[in-house]
Order: sequence, then C-alpha cells, then structure tokens
Amino acid sequence: MKENQKRYEVILAGSGGQGLVLSGIMLGEAAILEGKVVVQTQSYGIASRGGLSLAEVIIDQEEIIYQQVQEPDIILTLTEEALEKYIPYAEQQVVIFYDTTLAKARTGACLTGYPFTRIASDLGNLGSVNILSLGAMIAKIPMVKKESLVRVIQKRFKGKALEMNLQALETGTDLIRKGEQTW
Amino acid sequence: MQGNQAMSEGAIYAGAKFFAGYPITPSSEIAEECSKVMLKIGGVYMQMEDEIASIAAVIGASLAGAKAFTATSGPGFSLMQENLGLAVMGEVPCVVIDVQRRGPSTGLSTKPAQGDIMQLRWGRHGDQSVIALCPATVSECFFMTVKAFNFAEKFRVPVIMAPDEIIGHMRENFSLPTPGEVEVIDRKKPSGSPENYLPFAADKDGVAPLASYGSDYVFHVSSSMHGPDGCSNNDPANAAWRVAQLHRKIEMHRDEIVITKTFSAEDAEILLIAFGATTRSSRAAALELRKRGVRAGVLQLITLWPFADKEVASLGGRAKTVIVPEMNYGGQMAGEVQKVLGGGADIRRVNSYNGEIITPQDILKAIR
Amino acid sequence: MSHATGTKYLKDGVLPHMWCSGCGIGVMLGAMLRAFEELNYKNTDTVVVTGIGCTGKADDYLKTNALHTTHGRALPYATGIKAFNPKLHVVVLMGDGDSVTIGGNHFIHAARRNIDLTAIVINNFNYGMTGGQVSGTTPGGCYTSTTSWGNPERDFDICALAEVAGANYVARETPYHGWELKELIKEALGKKGFSLVEVFSPCPTHFGKNNDMKQTREMLDWLRDRGIPADRYGKLSNDEKRAHFATGKLVDRNDPDFNTRYEDTRLKAARG
Repeated sequence: MKENQKRYEVILAGSGGQGLVLSGIMLGEAAILEGKVVVQTQSYGIASRGGLSLAEVIIDQEEIIYQQVQEPDIILTLTEEALEKYIPYAEQQVVIFYDTTLAKARTGACLTGYPFTRIASDLGNLGSVNILSLGAMIAKIPMVKKESLVRVIQKRFKGKALEMNLQALETGTDLIRKGEQTW
Repeated sequence: MQGNQAMSEGAIYAGAKFFAGYPITPSSEIAEECSKVMLKIGGVYMQMEDEIASIAAVIGASLAGAKAFTATSGPGFSLMQENLGLAVMGEVPCVVIDVQRRGPSTGLSTKPAQGDIMQLRWGRHGDQSVIALCPATVSECFFMTVKAFNFAEKFRVPVIMAPDEIIGHMRENFSLPTPGEVEVIDRKKPSGSPENYLPFAADKDGVAPLASYGSDYVFHVSSSMHGPDGCSNNDPANAAWRVAQLHRKIEMHRDEIVITKTFSAEDAEILLIAFGATTRSSRAAALELRKRGVRAGVLQLITLWPFADKEVASLGGRAKTVIVPEMNYGGQMAGEVQKVLGGGADIRRVNSYNGEIITPQDILKAIR
Repeated sequence: MSHATGTKYLKDGVLPHMWCSGCGIGVMLGAMLRAFEELNYKNTDTVVVTGIGCTGKADDYLKTNALHTTHGRALPYATGIKAFNPKLHVVVLMGDGDSVTIGGNHFIHAARRNIDLTAIVINNFNYGMTGGQVSGTTPGGCYTSTTSWGNPERDFDICALAEVAGANYVARETPYHGWELKELIKEALGKKGFSLVEVFSPCPTHFGKNNDMKQTREMLDWLRDRGIPADRYGKLSNDEKRAHFATGKLVDRNDPDFNTRYEDTRLKAARG
C-alpha cells in the first residue's frame, strides 16, 4: 500500500438497489470534507432494481481531467456478475472485495470475500450493505478518514436510520481492523 | 454536486421562475430539483402531459414575463421541435436542456451519446438559427446555464443546453456563487407609448424589446409570417426581411456567443477538437502525448452552434493533424471541422456509438 | 340602453372578415367580443390564444394580446400563460382539429387540471382550411374529401369529453342562436376553472357541399333542427337522443381551479 497516496480510484459494482451510487456519493462527500477534489460517475441499466449498476469515484489533490477510473486502487463487487466483470483486475494486484453471500467464494492473493449482505441482514438492515462495505474499504485503503464518513452519514440520515448506518460503518471497518474471519 | 442539479441551480440563479417538463431519463433530476425549489421561490413547476405541451407552456409563460425552461432527452427533444420553431419565429426567450442519450429512437436510455449535434442545429423545419451550448464539467453546467438564459433573454431566441448523459449524471466539487457574482441579463423591455409598440421591429442590435402579457403594452405573437406588429403579413419583402433578421441577430453577435476553451493548443501540431465529456478524454490524451514529446493540444467547443469556425480555422490551420472524438457514428462535428479546414486537411475521426465513453486510449490509437 | 358591440377589441379596417359566407366563426367572434365588453375586459389584461385552421385566423382581427400558435397546441401555450400570471383573462379559440383531433391529449389534460381559462371550440365537423378532410368530430358515414365512401369511424362528443375530464363549465350552442351563444360565452368567461363552449358551426363550403347541404340555410337548419335545449334533451328516448344534440349549459360546477390548488401547495412548500 502506498503511504500518503495522492490519488485514489474506486469502483463500486453490484446490482441496482444495493445503494452503490449512494455510497459512491457519500465517499466523495467525505473526501470533499477533507479538501480533496472528487469526481463521481455512474453507469446503470434501465431498472431501478437489478441489473449491473456501477459507481466510480476518483479522489485527488488536484484537478481530475478524465472522469472515469483507469487504474483502480480498490474494487467492490456485491454480485457474481460484478465480480466476474472485474476479476481480471486481481491479476494486476488490485484489491477486490466481494460478497460471499451473493457470489461464489474464490481464492487469490488480491481477492477478499466477506458476507457483506448477510452481516447487514444480521444487523437488521439489509439496506446498509453499502455503508458496511464502504467501511471495510476505507479500513483497507485510507481514502478518507472514518470521521469524515461519520459526518456525511450524520448529515444524510436521522434517527433510527442514522444509528443503523453508523453501526454498519463500524461493523465494516471492524471486519478489516480486527481481521475477523469468523463470519 | 451533480451536473443535472448544477443546471437547475444555474437556471434558478439566472432568475428562472417557470419550469414545465415531462420525465425522461437521463434528465429527470432537473425536473425533480425544480419541483422542490420553484414553489419555494414563488415560481411555477408543471409536469405537462408530454414534451410538446411542456415547451408550449414554457413559451406561454415566457410571454407572460417569466424566465422559463424545460429539460428533456432524445425522444422528448424530438417532440419539442415544432414548438421550438415557434420560439424562433416568435422570438420568445427560453432555454431547453437536452441531456443527450444513445439512440436512435428510445435507444439506450441510460447511456451517453453526442448524436443530437445536427438536430440541435437543424431539428426544426424551415430555415432558422438557434444557439446551443455544451458543458464538460459540473461547474460549466452551472455557468453555461446562466449564460444560456442570458443569451436567450438578450437575443430573444431559444437556447439549447446539450450535455451528454455522463456530464448530466457526473458529480464534482462545486460551490454555488453568491448572487451578483455572475452577470445575469434580463430581456429588453419596451419604453415609450404603448400605442406605438412594435414587438418585432428590431433595434440596431437586431433585437426588438419584448413586453409581457398583462403589462400596458398589448402585443401579438404569431408562429406564422408576421410584420413588425406581430400580425400576419404575407408580403415577400417582409418575409425576406424577417427570415434574414432571425439569422442575422445571431450572426451579428457571433463573437460574443461563441465560447471555446483551449488547453495547450497554441503550438499544437496535433489538435483535438472536442466538446462535452469527450473534452476530458481528449485533455487526458493530449497530456499523455505531451509526456511523449508530441505537441498536442485541445480546442474545447462550449458553443456548438453557431459553429466556432474562426477558432477551428486558426488553430486547426496550424496543426498537422486534427482529431475529432465524438460519441456518434459519422462524426457530426467532424463534418463541420472538415468544411472549415477543407478536403486536404488531415482530419481523423474517433467515434463511439455503443453507449460507452471514448477513452484517452481510444484517441491515442488514432494517432499511431 | 346601449348594446355591447365589442368593436373596441376589433382592429380597424379588418371587416369584412375572411371566413366563407355561412361560416359560424364570425358569429362566434362577435358573441365573444360582446361578452368581453359586457364583462369590461381590458385589452391589456386579455390574451386570446389561437391554433391553426379557419378558427386559428381569428387573432388577426383582435386588439387584445394574442398568441397564434401551432396546430393543436393552443391549450398548453395558454396553460403556461395562465399558470404564470393568474390575473390574465385567457381565452383559447380552436377548431375541432385543434381541440380534439391533433390536440386531444392537451384538451383532456387542460380540463383535468381545471386551469382557469375558456376554450371556445368551433366544431364544423371537418378540416375547412385545408379543403374539407375528415376530423375527429366528423359523424360516422359522412362524406369529406378524405372519406369519399363515407366516414368509417365514429366522432367525438367534445362536451362529454370535457365533462368526464373534469371541466367546471361546459356549454354548446349553434350560430343560429347568437344571443344565447353570447350569454353562454359570458358565463363561461366568468367561471373559475376550465370552461368550454362548443359552437356547432356550418361549413357550407366543404362539409355542406359534400353532404347535400350546399346552401348555408340547409346547414343552419340541419343544426337548428337537431339542437334541443339540455333540459328537454334529457327527457328524450335513446333513439331520439341519437338523432339530436343538447344545447345550452351542460355542466356547471365549482371545483377548485389549478391556480387555487397551486397556491395552496405553495403555502405548504413555504411551511417546509
């Protein structure tokens, strides 16, 4: 891992309805709070639910000219379809997180599987899978500080939803921090 | 902030008080934003029964004194053409945002394209000129929308904002300017006696003052050929004058209307001419070429119509090779570049029409 | 007592008008201008919006504000004007082509919105300006320049359409009853919400010629004999109803209009 890295490129891939565009936006907002330059783009199909859905985030210290991710630092894949699409990047030493609830388990140096969806469901809120996996990603690669994400979540959510999402973020970062593989 | 949101913010900043539209991907965020804001600022938001009605209501509201606009995409933009022609003929200020998506027909509704370039210019029947602008960043989405309203008001002409889906849906850092920071232009109002008001008698600047329905100035607007008073007039001399005036008021102010940006283009032997999202791919490709010791630069067309012929001639004339990347099949803008630079010029087209963006690598391939 | 002439809304030197002898548009226009005068409308606060066709030429005779629009789209133009400036009196003049054929969708939605304007529809059962082609209101079996063997399609009942779509006021009259027509237009103009006055009109030049009513008189009689005041029409048998049509005021209700509802929603938005 590069320390004091200047630029981060992130791909969040899954299916419509998993909230990946929203977590991409929140990651971007957290980076903006830290004074960074951010571009977030998305690619999606016609369905609000289902179909390959994709959010890209680039975080930089200076102007981002080309808006699409070209050299990803980390890729999150929440479905089998998304994992299949991005698995070739693992050979280029790109960190790939995937969801063992929805995709078949793989082995490979850069491939790390967590049952994100099951954990989110166990926490009582399937919808927080996006925040949970985002938590794991920033614990793995320090693109933004956790506190910045907490601030973004506090701005966007209220009451029970706020509590749930903060808990999801915490659980996600713990996955990496504590190296828990017991799920 | 998202590109689509920046355009609705730009419209509000420019003083827009009326939005009528019909939902269509990938422009709906603009309508959604307006539906929240318009009611709070004393404006009107209406979802009409279709895009034909939407642009009609926009034109009606504009004549009642509102700065008015609508937002749509391919299929909806096609439906608007006839009434947009009335806005040209009746010289009614209004702004249309066409977030370009991949066609033909309903095509790939969520994917980007730059296939409406000729429709922007020639989509309406008859013989007319409009202004079309195309942003490449979220910041340009905002500032060029303010500019679009300024042009519409100043020249009494419909102005079309034509981002592609990528720019409409892209989010970037952007903070709104404070009121007064950016110039906002309002239409010229009549003065003098209401009895003598002629809504189509152009001043020296090519544009007549425009009253509002309900003011002391009673006036007549017509989609049919009309004289200075706005009433039917079938005299050939009048028709010739009217048609020419509709073109001339834009030609007269061409240098003010044509907005371009350059990136290391002054000494470029390879000149990339681009607009919208492909500007960004082009800039990345040019930087890569510079790293390799090739003098490459970019001419970004923000104003698509009227065409930046002088700028293309000047920079393109100096370059050895001109590359025009665009997300359409035949190179709609490349054809215009060819017209200016002539048949002998080395003009290379880079096109994508599968709903995917043109990457910097795609452009670099054209140079080998 | 002096009678309203409506001439203060009429441009100087425009008479005689362009419409064929026997056409009902001139009668309608006269009735409308007299109604304007009786309601004390000002040229400055009145906007007349027209579409395309014979009726669409009416704006050229007027000294009020006017907007001559594209075919079938007069209503959404008028909707934009009224929605932005509710103080204006907005009147829309259309033919049967404008209102319920090419522009049918706008017609039902304007009625549904209950936008506060008055639509006056001259229904002459065919496209007069372009040479008498079939329209959405040409009765089944009738002859036009494009139904040489009789119209195989059915016709719209414009008033019924407006009623079910939500108009606050609906009336129908023929030019045979000019005074009644003026009274109905006046009542429609005074009504808040969407109001419709349908004017069954002779078109001796085309519709009459193609359907054995070449003389104006024959067409007027055809309309007069079939028109029955609404209260009496209601008592007819179904067979008799099919052979006649109801005239006079057909619908009169007071549902809140678009601008009233919009203002309520604005207050809600202001409260957050």
